[in-house]
Amino acid sequence: MGLFTRDTQAIFWNNNRSAIQRMLDYDYIIKREKPSVAAIVAPTSSNKFDKFFFGTDEVMIPIYRSTEEAAAAHPNADVLLNFASFRTAYDVTMDALRFPQFKTIMITAEGIPERLARIMNKTAKDKGVLIIGPATVGAITPGAFKVANIGGTIENIVKSKLHRPGSCGLVTRSGGLFNELSNIIALNADGIADGVAIGGDRFVGSVFIDHLLRMEKDPNVKYMLLLGEVGGREEYKVIEAVKSGKITKPVIGWCIGTIAQHFSSGVQFGHAGASANADEETAVAKNKAMKEAGIHVPDSFNDLPHVIKGVYEELRGEGVIKDIEEPEVPPIPEDFAKALKAGKVRRPKHFVCTISDDRGEEATYAGYPISSVATPDTGKTIGDVVSLLWFKKVYPRWAVDFIETVIKTVADHGPAVSGAHNAKVTARAGKSVVESLVTGLLTIGPRFGGAIDGAAKYFKYAYDNNMSPKEFVNYMKKQGIPIPGIGHRIKSVRNPDKRVEGLKKFAKEHFPSTPLLEYALEVEKLTTSKKDNLILNVDGTIGILMVDMWRALGYSEEEIDEFIESGTLNSFFILGRTIGFIGHILDEKRLGMPMYRHPFDDILYDVQKAEEIK
Amino acid sequence: MAQRAIREYDGKKLFAQNWDKYFKGLNYPFESVLVTSGEELLKKAEEPGYEWLKKKPLVVKPDMLFGKRGKNNLVLFKVNKPGDVTLEDAAKWIDEKRNQETTLLSGQKGVLTHFIVEPFTPHSEDEEYYIAATTLDEENDVLYMSAHGGMEVEENWDKVTEVKIPIDATDEEIEKLIKENIPADIPADKKDVYAQFAVDFYKFFRDLNFAYLEINPVVIVGNNVYLLDLVARLDDTAGFMMKDVWGDIEFPTPFGMPEKSPEEEAIAEADAKSGASLKLTVLNPEGRIWTLVAGGGASVVYADTIADLAGGVAELANYGEYSGGPTTDETRFYTETVLDLMTRQKDPQGRDKILIIGGAIANFTDVAKTFTGIIQAFEKYADKMKDVGVRIYVRRGGPNYEKGLKDIKEAADRLGLPIKVFGPETHITDIVRMALEDDKAKA
Repeated sequence: MGLFTRDTQAIFWNNNRSAIQRMLDYDYIIKREKPSVAAIVAPTSSNKFDKFFFGTDEVMIPIYRSTEEAAAAHPNADVLLNFASFRTAYDVTMDALRFPQFKTIMITAEGIPERLARIMNKTAKDKGVLIIGPATVGAITPGAFKVANIGGTIENIVKSKLHRPGSCGLVTRSGGLFNELSNIIALNADGIADGVAIGGDRFVGSVFIDHLLRMEKDPNVKYMLLLGEVGGREEYKVIEAVKSGKITKPVIGWCIGTIAQHFSSGVQFGHAGASANADEETAVAKNKAMKEAGIHVPDSFNDLPHVIKGVYEELRGEGVIKDIEEPEVPPIPEDFAKALKAGKVRRPKHFVCTISDDRGEEATYAGYPISSVATPDTGKTIGDVVSLLWFKKVYPRWAVDFIETVIKTVADHGPAVSGAHNAKVTARAGKSVVESLVTGLLTIGPRFGGAIDGAAKYFKYAYDNNMSPKEFVNYMKKQGIPIPGIGHRIKSVRNPDKRVEGLKKFAKEHFPSTPLLEYALEVEKLTTSKKDNLILNVDGTIGILMVDMWRALGYSEEEIDEFIESGTLNSFFILGRTIGFIGHILDEKRLGMPMYRHPFDDILYDVQKAEEIK
Repeated sequence: MAQRAIREYDGKKLFAQNWDKYFKGLNYPFESVLVTSGEELLKKAEEPGYEWLKKKPLVVKPDMLFGKRGKNNLVLFKVNKPGDVTLEDAAKWIDEKRNQETTLLSGQKGVLTHFIVEPFTPHSEDEEYYIAATTLDEENDVLYMSAHGGMEVEENWDKVTEVKIPIDATDEEIEKLIKENIPADIPADKKDVYAQFAVDFYKFFRDLNFAYLEINPVVIVGNNVYLLDLVARLDDTAGFMMKDVWGDIEFPTPFGMPEKSPEEEAIAEADAKSGASLKLTVLNPEGRIWTLVAGGGASVVYADTIADLAGGVAELANYGEYSGGPTTDETRFYTETVLDLMTRQKDPQGRDKILIIGGAIANFTDVAKTFTGIIQAFEKYADKMKDVGVRIYVRRGGPNYEKGLKDIKEAADRLGLPIKVFGPETHITDIVRMALEDDKAKA
């Protein structure tokens, strides 16, 4: 019997998607009926399952929060693939050992504390559970079941004939060289029947001899290959077994690390388990002892292929090994992502983004890494970020400063305005910040905050159509619309709005030119001559100066019209006022005011009995 | 590396810090300092708690992870007669010994930098007991006990009692096993104290994740236990769960190990910062054969094969590996470091240098991506490589290897560097054979 059969199913501890996908790809090419992964254990996952490809189809593999649940739901899964980190791998194994259904536990973590590793290994041994690892890529029974990543890519697996049983039993310490050896055996013989990488740590749960004795009894294994390493005495157990006749099948052996004989000390060649504490633990001594025991040992690693070929051909000549009829391998559909990268497929995109990109090393705002605009030493401010993300341009300083001036100017206008009031009432109803905020924001429109858009639109229209201020005032009167951006509740010519004064002053000093503002001021002269408080208000000033700003920045009239139509101007108000709304909401949270109920005496009740319509 | 040696001083400090928890009813008078100069010792003597440095006769030893200090004549315990070493004598001796090359009987050479200073404990040789513990194998620890400690313990190894303790033994079983096996020649009046100390010692060894712990000698006077000399290795993989107990323990470079070259240091630094693994040891800077190998196992196999086929390691310049999916930048830096070392001088005999770019069939590492880094380094060093005459041999497999091999071949051809490129159909180490045979053909 090989280590695994075509019915073997595993529970995979940790949702290592790429390793699980490789197992399912393997299942597909060897035409397994059931997937080799029955379930996944992921203690922090909130998902109930994950999807994986099976050929061109997808299958769902259930996810459980604990090994206990997974084991109970999948009593036939007798392998646990423990992909926990070195910090938790011990606990995961000890936990799994409580459930007698697990016959094999494979542990991938490298560097589990030695004492814990030994206790884990011994507990398993006492219970008759086979441990593979720690610090391993696992094991494979070709044509039946493969652990996680062993064998590498699916292309390599087919090339190395790991998709169908051959006749060699392979045992190595190193996982990287396991792949290499599989390849060598495929090139020089007929592939492997069963293979294990026992792991590189000092204390591993099963050693060479455990697997070689098992392979001795496995009728599919006709000869064995052992790749050892400098350090430790495990190879001597194999030598003893060969000498005593417990192993009768031909064995090919080699220990890597013969280089160490040339150096007195200080250079660590290979794994943690690989340092010779005595002469007999050196690779040279072990190779010599193996050769003396009748194991086939090459003169150097470079000659290993010839020895393999020799043993294989001899067994074939004797009729022990029969020729294999190569099975047909269904092609594995290429992953979309991979094919795309290779330029082999294409697909129309469903979304387009032209402002930011999070695919590289660092996310960018219109091509500028976030770190290049974020901290004060970059000299960049929130106005720069707005110009990058809203307009995909790097605006000059005066324009950036203007944008910030606008945002600061509109940030708040006290609790009584309708938007702030709504936000406060909502917050007092116990709603969250985001719910209260959107309630406030939803109030913004033609009557609240909308004058910015309107002012820009109408003043620009008048100016573009060469209307004189007088013609414009008359035009608006005919339309029956109060001029947006004109008029204030309290402020007047004699009591000017300081915010407006500030914006005008900034524009005069820093804008290259302000034609629309000058036009608007002419209009203001007319309106204020009729009534003292019909001044150009803050909304109007902002809307008009935005148009002046874009003109000075070189935008075409069509582009500016588009900004106005798409609500860009309003966006400045939304952005700025969000600061104020959040302030009011946090204020409510802080104050802990109760639910608001409007007083009866502030409502005019005028309710008539409904008329019945017959 | 899993088992790493610590200083005698740090080992004793661990005993002192955990004494009350493990060694109830016994007393360990911990008086010990670690210094690097006479001046530092004199300064220490002025600190509160270290008055004993002025009051008691002292013993001074280098504390640098090597043993047999007595036999190497590196223990100061007398000027004229044992037990007469004063603070000033100690400081003077340290300054005489430090910062000069010292050769041990074993042939190890190095500079003495760290010294442990302790009070002189008068005792006779027959009071020197021995105790040690180690992780024997998969299932057992072993405790070594002897009534004959001291400098000659190895000569008296037949008098040492070995007790195998299963790693999962209960406290009762441990106590029974040890008490049943206390060496018969420990005097009757000290047997109980020694036995209790041995039981506690084993639990201390086990719980603190030592891999090896030896006290030689241990001297018992009443309930006082004197740990006169100590050797210890910790299992550093347990570090993550022993932080509170071990503190910031130091794992010093063993005495006599050559200091790392700036290049090796730079690679070690890059390794520490990276999730990938980058290792470089320069074996012989004048060597002719340089390796740039991916993977721990493969790097050993290449080194083995070079030694086998080149008739030894005289020509092998370096040992090292990169693995675990290094970034293009990391591979470029690693390659540049190797190429820089390799192109500093021509071969004195005027032969070509050989660069082996090897590796097994990778599991995940994108071969094309790592080779991009190597190609970038080629571009920078191509002129120097041509100056010293470098021939390149490549063998690699794994994800995207076809593209990687094609790219590196094109780059080398474009830069005028002689190169031979092979994939998984060629035996992993066969490029070593080809490189050496090409040598012969050229000669």
